[in-house]
Amino acid sequence: MKYLLIILFSLLSFNSAFSEENFDNFLFKNSKLIINSSSKTVGTFLEKINVYDQNTVSRFLNLWKNKKLFYIKETKKIVLISKFDNKTYYAIDIFSNAKIGKKKKKDFKKIKPNSGVRAKIATALVNFQIFSNDKNKRINSINALEKKILPEHLKLLRKAFLLEEDDRLKIKIKKLLQFAILQHGTDDKEKIKVLNELKTNTSIEVRAVLSKLLRTSEIKVTRNIEDLNNLNIAQIIKPEVISKKQFGEVIKSFFYKEKLKLSVIDAYKIAQKNGFLDKRVSLNELKLILENNIVDNKILGIDIKEFNKNSKRIEVYNKLAKIKNLNIYRDETELLNDLKQLHFYKIYIEKNKYITNKTKQVLDSINFKVKFYKYLDLFIDGLSLSSIYFLGAIGLAITFGVMRVINMAHGEFIMMGAYTGYVVQSYITNHTLSLIIAFPLAFIITFIAGVIMERLVIKHLYKNPLDTLLATFGISIALQQLAKNIFGTQARPLTSPSWLDGSLIINDDLSISYIRIAIFVLGVLFFLILLFVMKKTRFGLETRSVTQNPVMASNMGVNTEKINMLTFGFGSGIAGVAGVAIGLFSKVTSELGSEYIVQSFMTVVVGGVGSIWGTLAGASLIGFLQKFIEWFNPSNTLAAQTYMIIFIILFIQFRPRGLIALKGRAANDN
Amino acid sequence: MITDMNKSVKKHSLIFLITIFLFTLLVTFLSEPFGINFISTSFVKVLGKTLCLCIAAIAMDVVWGYCGILSLGHFAFFGLGGYMIGMWLMYERTSIIVLNSLDDSQLPFTEIELQEAIGNQIFGVVGGTEIPLIWTFADNLYFQIIFVILIPGLIAFIFGWLAFRSRVTGVYLSILTQAMTLALSLYLFQNDSGLRGNNGLSGLQNIPHLENLSQSTISILFLWLSSIGLIFSFVIFNYIIQSKFGSVITAIRDNETRLRFFGYNVEIYKLFIFVITAIITGLAGAIYYPQAGIINPAEIAPIASIYLAVWVAIGGRGKLYGAILGAASVSLLSSWFTGGNAPNIPLGFFTIEWVNWWTVFLGIGFVAITIFSKGGLIGMLNTLLVKIK
Repeated sequence: MKYLLIILFSLLSFNSAFSEENFDNFLFKNSKLIINSSSKTVGTFLEKINVYDQNTVSRFLNLWKNKKLFYIKETKKIVLISKFDNKTYYAIDIFSNAKIGKKKKKDFKKIKPNSGVRAKIATALVNFQIFSNDKNKRINSINALEKKILPEHLKLLRKAFLLEEDDRLKIKIKKLLQFAILQHGTDDKEKIKVLNELKTNTSIEVRAVLSKLLRTSEIKVTRNIEDLNNLNIAQIIKPEVISKKQFGEVIKSFFYKEKLKLSVIDAYKIAQKNGFLDKRVSLNELKLILENNIVDNKILGIDIKEFNKNSKRIEVYNKLAKIKNLNIYRDETELLNDLKQLHFYKIYIEKNKYITNKTKQVLDSINFKVKFYKYLDLFIDGLSLSSIYFLGAIGLAITFGVMRVINMAHGEFIMMGAYTGYVVQSYITNHTLSLIIAFPLAFIITFIAGVIMERLVIKHLYKNPLDTLLATFGISIALQQLAKNIFGTQARPLTSPSWLDGSLIINDDLSISYIRIAIFVLGVLFFLILLFVMKKTRFGLETRSVTQNPVMASNMGVNTEKINMLTFGFGSGIAGVAGVAIGLFSKVTSELGSEYIVQSFMTVVVGGVGSIWGTLAGASLIGFLQKFIEWFNPSNTLAAQTYMIIFIILFIQFRPRGLIALKGRAANDN
Repeated sequence: MITDMNKSVKKHSLIFLITIFLFTLLVTFLSEPFGINFISTSFVKVLGKTLCLCIAAIAMDVVWGYCGILSLGHFAFFGLGGYMIGMWLMYERTSIIVLNSLDDSQLPFTEIELQEAIGNQIFGVVGGTEIPLIWTFADNLYFQIIFVILIPGLIAFIFGWLAFRSRVTGVYLSILTQAMTLALSLYLFQNDSGLRGNNGLSGLQNIPHLENLSQSTISILFLWLSSIGLIFSFVIFNYIIQSKFGSVITAIRDNETRLRFFGYNVEIYKLFIFVITAIITGLAGAIYYPQAGIINPAEIAPIASIYLAVWVAIGGRGKLYGAILGAASVSLLSSWFTGGNAPNIPLGFFTIEWVNWWTVFLGIGFVAITIFSKGGLIGMLNTLLVKIK
């Protein structure tokens, strides 16, 4: 069938019946049209060349469009040229590339098609390329069409759709054809058929084309309501007196979308422009007129100091208007009366009501699906934010949660981990390898730092948590400044390996970057490892026993001092590893840790102190909640954070022990 | 015995007050407008600001050193006080400038036009022209002064009531107050918070209606104001601490549960202390920021409140003059060391540049004081005095 069609078309267009030579002749005959081309004449010329060999013609059109062609003044023959010396050039045949003569420079003249002509040539070129035997040319022309579809392409696309053999290209062409029909088609039935086909397509392109169908006119006005009967009305608008606060700005609200409102003053302007009403004097114009009439600091004998009220200004102006025969000022309620007899409306550019209704319906059903993806996206956003909070807080959950030690320097351990990653990367250029080394190295370094800190400082302060808070704060500022002194204040890069670049694209509304997936996986991994260590190992058992009752644990032969030290080191080490992960997606600076410290504390407190499950719950709650609040007002993440913190403060009032509270003796000391 | 102690405390207080008074008098005589021009105007301002920080520090000492509540939010109240007074300073000054810009060929402003012009001037930087609702009373100094007291007081009341009611104590309370501070500073960082976002309020050193006075005269004026403020708050806090009320508060710090069993309504006591210190801190901020000239949300960031606690801890908790000593010495030393005026120490292989290393030493020193000397500098002095005796 396909072949039959091709043969049919070839016969119809006499495609191969003409040789290059004939085209050459044709050009020679019509050389005047080419040399003195204008956008008016070029159309007929382009139609005529349709019958010649595609490759030849498209090569010629390309040369023409790109201003590569010259002609010999004497014979009007169209040629290419190539330099012989400064004054003489070869004339070269367009088709055979053979040198056909040598002439002086001044004998040639360049053919310069203007921009209108070039645009028409470009359109015609699509015509030739879309049917080209060369697949790359076809792809090029289709890509060009994707940017802009003109009415004349509709015919081409229909033909191309029938002829195309490559399946993937055919799908593309079908999509373009559908768009072309919707935008430029004349057959309403066909449009509706296409609309039905697009119902399930949620891509952004489809939505753009559909909303183009729903384009509306400017606000129009009429005196006669019957005028509206035959129009495809989009909206009838009633002018309102709008307070300044509402007017001209997007009304911010969590629950309402902005509605189109028409202020009385704007409505009056439209009515006046359409000749329905007289010109009015605005308050600003009134002020200018008054100011032009100031004589000796007085207007009509009244001191200008009295003009600090609009009522006074209007009163005096109206007097002045009577004397000078100007329009009297009318306020908004009076204007509203004038406007009552007029009808303001917007119409759809598309005249067929059935089509606009159908489009609206399709768009609604598409938007419903899109909304689902948006919620899914929101959920994934929440998940990844939760994993980040979890990573930041999990080390703290051990030191604060299990040991009840407030470690304000926890953020600085995160920072140390991130800088470790940076330093490793500056020695080992392979990003994957450097990460593999950085993770354990960061653990070791921060583990040692944690143990040193426990031995030197925290050991002395176990009885007074408030003092630990202050002492560790001292360490925190010292470490931060130290990092500043060593690495400088500018942000250091910690580049993720290339296999973490890019994202998993599911559709136009839903894509997940690999780094987010990696962070999530890392979070889960951390959780599992920690759970294993705390529940299944000797170390975990001893830690839990020390947490619950240090004296009893000590009686049972547990070396509490050693356990405290190791637990603190373990928590710090985890913070270091988290630091490497956090450094991958945020800039490594000396302030990296302090950005996370307050949130981390809140995560632990909200989740419930002393439990890894609690930290997971806290991180999930905070992460999802923040994304949820952001969703109401996406432009303002600061506000979202503010509201979230306020929520947490309130939350603590009702569940002071957090989401997952320890029960029994372990919960005693608070 | 108790009366003896009271007497000695009264003697100490009196000595302290006279010292502050004499100090202020001395600075005045050394200043440019009223004396021999030995101290520059900017240094007078630094001293005035330090006195305000001392007020905040003694408030912090009362709430932490005496009552045992480690609040990491008191500097937020300080900033709020600054914001409240800053609103008036900025609004009034802008309104004077706008009104002066009129010439004879123009009609005087209507109320709305004036508001619009002022709004444009103040909120142009954040892309707004409207004057937000919270500025409704910004044209009235008395209202704003009431707000300086009311807003920090109200926030402290609501927050304290919620927190103490559900018996959040110890480190949890500290974290919660820190969260409050963070929330407040994040809120103020927004451009549509109505307080000019991260631009903050500026030009506060130009006091409206005092245009005829030079900055040097104003600096002395504020120095006296700060010093009177310090004396005033010292007297108030001293009175509270010396009273029976004060004993109850100290008892709360030492053993809250026991006091509860005695039948005391601990929450009310804590709430009162929390609110009164917040108000005094807010007032201190209201005197501080006209001297600083600019206030922005970064000032309120959680770290500022922690520094306040650091000063008190270094000076010595549980002693009002300890807090003052800590605040004055650490803040003055910090600005001296980080200001680049301190001479560098060459160690041969390495030069210690104070600009970079001061914070490190401060941090380490602070850790040392927390571990080895609970009483801070004052505690050390006292032990030294006892040993000499």
